[in-house]
Amino acid sequence: MSSALEITVLLFVAVAATGVVLTRDPRAQVVTLSFYGVLLGLMFFIFQAPDVALSQIVVGAVALPLMFMLALARIFRNEEERKKKDAKAGHGGKE
Amino acid sequence: MTRSVRLTMFFAGAILLTIFFVASLGNVPAVGDYPGPYGNVLSAVVVYERHVTNIVTAVNFDYRAVDTMVEESILFLSVAGSAVLLRQMRSEEKKENDDRKLKDSEEKTSIPSSSDATRGFALLIVGPMVLFGLYIVTHGQLTPGGGFQGGVIIATAFLLLYLAGDFTRFREIVSHTFVAIIEGIALFTYVFIGFLGMFEEKAFLQNVLPFGRTGDVVSGGTIWVLSCATGIAVATGVLEVIYAFLEQVLEEWSR
Repeated sequence: MSSALEITVLLFVAVAATGVVLTRDPRAQVVTLSFYGVLLGLMFFIFQAPDVALSQIVVGAVALPLMFMLALARIFRNEEERKKKDAKAGHGGKE
Repeated sequence: MTRSVRLTMFFAGAILLTIFFVASLGNVPAVGDYPGPYGNVLSAVVVYERHVTNIVTAVNFDYRAVDTMVEESILFLSVAGSAVLLRQMRSEEKKENDDRKLKDSEEKTSIPSSSDATRGFALLIVGPMVLFGLYIVTHGQLTPGGGFQGGVIIATAFLLLYLAGDFTRFREIVSHTFVAIIEGIALFTYVFIGFLGMFEEKAFLQNVLPFGRTGDVVSGGTIWVLSCATGIAVATGVLEVIYAFLEQVLEEWSR
């Protein structure tokens, strides 16, 4: 371990990773994952790998959380529709 | 297995792992300690042999260009797979939606409109972002970047159109067959450039175009051409995957 900057950013990455894991709601975890992606890109840049940092920032902070959010939106929309259908079926059964 | 037994097993394993981990931390080589010869050989040789200044891109598109070709085919396969899988489900959903729409037309969800700040900022920055992505793609052999990085930047720049609320224009641009055709042409260009070397009785993907002057935009022979081809293929590919995902969520709202 050679410089204070590298140690600092590694500590930040460790804390941010713990924070991502401890966020329980999936839709909130996507936002923390995006922030973690940017922090990882910064870490790659500090360790002198700018190509990897560019890839990481675009993929890990934009494309990956976007796909997660879209999948979550689809799943939650299905659940809402199913609940509405059940409520309507229950209501129609009572009448 | 009860919870306390599980916790006991976890802590036993964790303590053992910690002991071995801390004991081995003393023998880890220092950060930046590079033993092997390839990196040193490359950093001494590449600028003079290939007339490029970004050695990572030279390795990606010249010395180990076959790896990049296989990675591009992996991306292509994932795009094709997700498009096929998600499009199949969409046709089933459409029938169910039409049946449901005949029954109850008063329950319609609407897309929450984005704020004016989001829309203004997104519209302002789409143009510069596409330009920046093109810069990263075409200057891959001079500055950090390359085909893949610039391609993904261009794809997310198109995504900003959706964020700006103009999703009809986004649909028109992205669902056009032109995008899929361009992806295929870009990948074909990559393989065709590889065969250029074999026409002159050298190896596949050998760098046979003129090298140019170090520091020019068009330099490095096939490195620049392969970087552009990869950039276009990755941009269109990632755009297709994102569109396949977005269609799943949007197709009910935009009917």
